[in-house]
Amino acid sequence: MYNGGKIIIGVIIFVGLVTFPFLYSGGKTTAKPDPKVDTPEILKLAENERKCVEPKAYMKGEHMKMLNEWRDWVVRDGNTIYTATNGKQYTMSLQNTCMKCHSNKKKFCDECHNYTAVKPYCWDCHIEPKEKES
Amino acid sequence: MSMNRREFLKIAGISTILGLGGVSAVHGLRNRVEASQISPAPKALKAKRWAMVVDMSKFKKEEDYQRCIDACHQVHNVPNITDNPKHEIKWLWKETYEHAFPGTEDEYLSEEIKHLPFLVLCNHCDNPSCVRVCPTKATFKRKSDGIVMMDMHRCIGCRFCMAACPYGARSFNYKDPIPFINEAKKNLEFPTRTKGVVEKCTLCYERLATGLQPACVEASKGALIFGDIEDPNSGVRKVLGARYSFRRRPELGTRPSVYYII
Amino acid sequence: MLELAIKGSRRYWGLVIFLLAIIGVGFISYLYQFRIGLGITGMSRDVSWGIYIGQFTFLVGVAAAAVMVVLPYYLHNYKKYGKIAVLAEFLAVPSVIMCMLFIFVDMGQPLRVLNVLLHPTPNSVMFFDMVVLAGYLFLNILVGWTILGAERKEAPPPKWIKPFIYIAIAWAPSIHIVTAFLYAGLPGRHFWLTAIMAARFLASAFAAGPALIIILCLIVRRFTKFDPGKEAIQTLGKTITYTMILNVLFLGFEFFTAFYSQIPGHMHSFVYLYTGLHGYSQLVPIMWLSSILAVVALFLLIFPQFRKNESLLAIACMATFFSLWIDKGFGLVVGGFVPSPLEKITEYWPTLPETLITLAVWAIGFLVLTILYKIAVSVKEEVVFDKYGEKQVQTE
Repeated sequence: MYNGGKIIIGVIIFVGLVTFPFLYSGGKTTAKPDPKVDTPEILKLAENERKCVEPKAYMKGEHMKMLNEWRDWVVRDGNTIYTATNGKQYTMSLQNTCMKCHSNKKKFCDECHNYTAVKPYCWDCHIEPKEKES
Repeated sequence: MSMNRREFLKIAGISTILGLGGVSAVHGLRNRVEASQISPAPKALKAKRWAMVVDMSKFKKEEDYQRCIDACHQVHNVPNITDNPKHEIKWLWKETYEHAFPGTEDEYLSEEIKHLPFLVLCNHCDNPSCVRVCPTKATFKRKSDGIVMMDMHRCIGCRFCMAACPYGARSFNYKDPIPFINEAKKNLEFPTRTKGVVEKCTLCYERLATGLQPACVEASKGALIFGDIEDPNSGVRKVLGARYSFRRRPELGTRPSVYYII
Repeated sequence: MLELAIKGSRRYWGLVIFLLAIIGVGFISYLYQFRIGLGITGMSRDVSWGIYIGQFTFLVGVAAAAVMVVLPYYLHNYKKYGKIAVLAEFLAVPSVIMCMLFIFVDMGQPLRVLNVLLHPTPNSVMFFDMVVLAGYLFLNILVGWTILGAERKEAPPPKWIKPFIYIAIAWAPSIHIVTAFLYAGLPGRHFWLTAIMAARFLASAFAAGPALIIILCLIVRRFTKFDPGKEAIQTLGKTITYTMILNVLFLGFEFFTAFYSQIPGHMHSFVYLYTGLHGYSQLVPIMWLSSILAVVALFLLIFPQFRKNESLLAIACMATFFSLWIDKGFGLVVGGFVPSPLEKITEYWPTLPETLITLAVWAIGFLVLTILYKIAVSVKEEVVFDKYGEKQVQTE
């Protein structure tokens, strides 16, 4: 084999780099996130009123895009009212609508975002709700 | 087909770039939220073009100015940066006559007028030079009511708008502003800003949307008159029709929407 | 051809490591700026652009100046420039890279840089500047690389490159005109609001850029076996003479308009820069240094007997380069902000981290330049006869 030594060293380095994340975490798995919707604000609502602006599955998959659109509609177009698919109307506001119900940012936002290692910059500016230490 | 390694790599590289670009373009189109069910709030205040008249005859005491400034800065979480005046953030502030209206003073002007403080803010120009220069449309003139808006999400912090504004109305966040906001007086309904973006008066677009007058106008006890300049029956038009008014640097063609009467 | 860059003498590697060290220090400073914000610089609410944008402005000129060699060579078939055309093109590449880096380090939100492409805004000169700079970078890499590649194979350059060469020639002044328009269209900034700004930019660029090319040619001749040619250097010296005269004339026109009209707003910035205003005079010494250097340069350039002496020409080029570097890379930008449109004075001076970042960007530029010149010179050393069959003069 030409340059056998070099190739073998290269292969070892490559394997090392590729497996590093697994070796580094020691094969542990992070607990699956479990976002909670049991904030006092939500529990105050009647059972059949406990609904987000759009269905749960849609919110789970598309909330980031929805927030981006809300942002542009409010800041750029001056439209502040969102009529949901069920006909209910909401004021489009992260701080004043979303987080009024989901007042548990640590449990509701951060847990999934940490798990999937995304770092949304919403909270660089937007003020997070005050959470009671539990 | 004969192809050497060099050509193969070139073609492979170019197809990868095109492929990735194409996929992301399709992705972007497909995933827009399928919703056009949006509308302005029914009780929102509406105008063709908002304007403000500053009635200087009603600003007599220090307190008359401070009340307006505090109302604005508190409701918008404007940081109070005192450790370095170079990094100051101002939306609404006092400027003496000689600085607010440079070039109009003469050598025999009384000291009193020369140093008379005027309340100044973004002029929400009808022909804004800041909007013309912004490379990302982060600052733009709202078509609906002429407000010169700031989209702090989009601003890249190039500060071209600060060079273009002849009124010094724009402030840049040279550092994280949050430590300089009084925690006790923080308005939890309005965002703060992050370092590296430009900010300025937005004519309280968020209050107008809920049917409220701008915070400074509300606090001014009639010294600031606010209304639609294109409506001949509005308060601002009545004042402007009855009294002599002037604007800051009208010769620059920016057509400010803030008027002063003495 | 890239492999030529990794085979070099100890001196070559020494230079590379030295530049990498400066880059490293600047990079650490940049991380600091990235974390804290632009507050670590000397910029302020009133002086919202500083040395970063100044250097950007100056370097766009250096990049554009390649055309002073490329145009006579390709359009007028001035064969003496055959040896240095690639050197000029390869100076444009690192210059544009430095321009882009200076814009980048000046941004408050650098991670959002792609917003410029996501939300294209044709009415913004800044947007245009990004577009033309990127285009110019592409053109120069393409043209320089193709021609050098052909030269290495001792073949004439391919025909398809011709249109790109002509486009690049027209493109070069356009990048600097657009950069002048960044300044010349802003209401309320009297110092910049002048129609001659673009012309002055071109004149100063076509003096400073070729001055740097001559200095680089002399360095290349000193340290390698490649000789760019005495005649090419002398002709370029004549170009610098005329453009430098034009540049000083244009500056004089500005003085005339400001001081004969006696309009205060037009005079204030000049007064601030050259004598100080209301007791603020931080920039006065360097502006006078720039003026003295300009006089020295003109004196040496205008008289042929001095210009023909290569050592004196080298001094004249250095004087030209540094005079314009101060004038355009610093005074021009800061002068526009002082006094502010509200006629207040806030002074500006770069801080230490800001200076280190600036040095690092220059070091990156020199590193790219070193590598490109290493490749170009290695190719040229191999080819003893140029494509016009003229034997190259050996100095040793």
